[in-house]
Amino acid sequence: MIIELGHFALILALCLALLQATLPLRGAARGHAGLMTVGQTAAVAQFVLITVAFAALMNAYVESDFSVANVFENSHSLKPMLYKVTGVWSNHEGSMLLWVFILSLFGAAVALFGDNLPPALRARVLAVQGMIGVGFLAFILFTSNPFLRVHPAPLDGQGMNPILQDPGLAFHPPFLYLGYVGFSVAFSFAVAALIEGRVDAAWARWVRPWTLAAWCALTIGIAMGSWWAYYTLGWGGWWFWDPVENASFMPWLVGTALLHSAIVVEKRDALKSWTILLAIVTFSLSLIGTFLVRSGVLTSVHAFAVDPARGAFILLLLVVAIGGSLTLYAIRAPSLGGGGLFAPISREGALVLNNVLLATAAATVFLGTLYPLFLDAVGGPKVSVGFPFFNRTFVPLMVPVLIAVVAGPLLAWKRGDLLGALQRLWVAFAAALAVVLIGLYLSGFTPILAVLGLGLAAWVAVGTLTEWAERVKLFRASAGETWRRARNLPRSSYGMTLAHLGLAVSVAGIAASAFEVERIELLHPGDNLDLAGYQLHFDGTEKIEGPNFAADRATIEVTRNGAPIAVLHPERRFFALQQMTTSLTAIRTTFMSDLYVALGDPDETGGSTIRAYWKPLVPWIWIGAVIMAAGGVLSLLDRRWRVGVAARRRLPAAHPAPGE
Amino acid sequence: MRRLLYLLPVVLFVAVAAYFVLALRPGRDPQLLPSALINKPAPSFALAGLSGSDGLRLDALKGQVMLVNFFASWCEPCRDEHSVLMQLAKDGQIALYGIAYKDKPEDAQQFLKRLGDPYRGIGLDESGRTAIDFGVYGVPETYVIDKEGRIRLRHVGPLTEADVARELLPLLKELAHS
Repeated sequence: MIIELGHFALILALCLALLQATLPLRGAARGHAGLMTVGQTAAVAQFVLITVAFAALMNAYVESDFSVANVFENSHSLKPMLYKVTGVWSNHEGSMLLWVFILSLFGAAVALFGDNLPPALRARVLAVQGMIGVGFLAFILFTSNPFLRVHPAPLDGQGMNPILQDPGLAFHPPFLYLGYVGFSVAFSFAVAALIEGRVDAAWARWVRPWTLAAWCALTIGIAMGSWWAYYTLGWGGWWFWDPVENASFMPWLVGTALLHSAIVVEKRDALKSWTILLAIVTFSLSLIGTFLVRSGVLTSVHAFAVDPARGAFILLLLVVAIGGSLTLYAIRAPSLGGGGLFAPISREGALVLNNVLLATAAATVFLGTLYPLFLDAVGGPKVSVGFPFFNRTFVPLMVPVLIAVVAGPLLAWKRGDLLGALQRLWVAFAAALAVVLIGLYLSGFTPILAVLGLGLAAWVAVGTLTEWAERVKLFRASAGETWRRARNLPRSSYGMTLAHLGLAVSVAGIAASAFEVERIELLHPGDNLDLAGYQLHFDGTEKIEGPNFAADRATIEVTRNGAPIAVLHPERRFFALQQMTTSLTAIRTTFMSDLYVALGDPDETGGSTIRAYWKPLVPWIWIGAVIMAAGGVLSLLDRRWRVGVAARRRLPAAHPAPGE
Repeated sequence: MRRLLYLLPVVLFVAVAAYFVLALRPGRDPQLLPSALINKPAPSFALAGLSGSDGLRLDALKGQVMLVNFFASWCEPCRDEHSVLMQLAKDGQIALYGIAYKDKPEDAQQFLKRLGDPYRGIGLDESGRTAIDFGVYGVPETYVIDKEGRIRLRHVGPLTEADVARELLPLLKELAHS
């Protein structure tokens, strides 16, 4: 009964989305206030209905109601409760429901917190959100309905892919979708602006917090996915340039460009049509990411069950959403008009450089991802262009980004003084040089690129701190003056500093991964293994029983110069239901390096293959991502985005906003 | 002119969408990827080997029916394929040679150490030159070369057990008796 209620709520939500997609547009065109407010009511009601639908499905999972086909196919009564809950979105149908749930959440947020928006703009934004909702709700109801029953009800479910039964992966999709779907707001604002034919600084001010929120969630989502791959797949890799990873990385790259170009629109009223294009492309790439995973166009650990009907439906959605918005762009964008002029060497110029490089990087990833798919299209199977391609194209593009990320904030708007900026960066340059020289000395000149990468990280970190020091006049004014300035800097400024520092931390972690030490040995109980100054003593394995698996659990004592450091227990888990073996690695981290041990196959003589790695700075990759996201959140807390400020900004003479 | 520039994004998207339509076309057969080199002599190669082993020279290998498999440690489909290759090489009847495509020697070595080494000999194609001569699209890719040194079959993408049983073994048997 509850499941039918959820089904019914979802159908109602589709009907409401249809209203939301049409009536407010008509109202905005005619200036009819009543029709315009339909959008708000419909958006909030849609959110409530989809919440009911989502809760109904989750209830079926928690109760293990195997008369629901989706639960039967993806759950099992013995599964731990956490995975019963997360199982809701670890399959195609449920994850689409999560997708529209988040979409409706953002729609409702625009409806509820958008009081400072001009009514016509809000109506149009909500209408575009409604159109996206129509597309995806129809997709769920017609091709991927999670509310279908099976008769007779089976006794138990088929279980969930053991690889997905992991706390890290459990919350990876929600964050990823918050990012993907969050960009829909920027998209809706862009399309609404194209319909109105007007983009101004106020528009950018409304778009930027939404973009920033989505970007933060996507950053965390991607980092979680990478971390999960690192500790589950058992060979210590953390990024594979897998098509599905790329599918999440491309919107991140373009979204990062969008964040930066929206600053130029907000502050300088320039780069308008480019920013609109970025907003459209960011969400389009999110949609394409959804398409790639679900259409059966590619296979990967991430791919869902294949169904050509779904692929065709999503392709249709893509054509309507992306093709439609880009056509509108082609018609309306030329008349948007330029804004403030600026010299090539200026803050705007630096942001344009950032945009060009990030967009090119995204295009490279796009090509590298689609080239194997292109083979598929002409009849070839899955191949991988892999690391060599991306290392040779993507990495060189990131070097100028990292160099410029420091210089940009030191340049003035309109016309900057590059020489002056570089002179102020001598400390950063010296720090980078010192890191490179020490690195070369310690590592014996190999691998030289990794050492240069560490130097770049030092450049970004010290350069970013220099920019902050300049702003607060550190050591150039009295301590009291510096303190006063430090307190008065807007939060968005601290947000930028933090995000750029996070970037430096991640870059250092990525560069240092070249220095890892790997040992793979067949060990018998009692054997020892030396790894980067640690001694690993293999005590043997024992059999243990989990709730829905049986495992071999190894005991490995780690010592350093005789002093005990840790006892590690890597496991190999066998899931009888799915006939699958997964590996649970044991990691001891000091946050400066990881000791990573995975248990491989046993052999006939009672030995086991042990894969042991020492990975310097590797936790920094994810710590850096968290710092970047924290920078984004801090920036979101800036008081100029508080509700009502944007409205006041339009009357600056009457009520100047505080802290501007 | 300026207006045309604004049309560019939608034009690009149409191209991408057309190509997704092709990708979705039902019933495409992955086996149908012809090689220009079928029944032609295999391009000659002389490659360095992994540390401590000999290199790979086509001239030295001629006179037997053999499989040449392009692989790389960074390639995920190759990991999928590897167990099939191990199975294939288990009884030692089949002459299987590996060419590590754009791979660092130490990475290739680790890859084989980790997953097992099914190859009779391994050549390093760090520049990708040999792969270009063969017309390799991407890894993994496998070629069957007959006793006269002619390419008889090209398989793009990972070999599956079904591929081996349906396509590879019959051909190898036929070539061995010819």
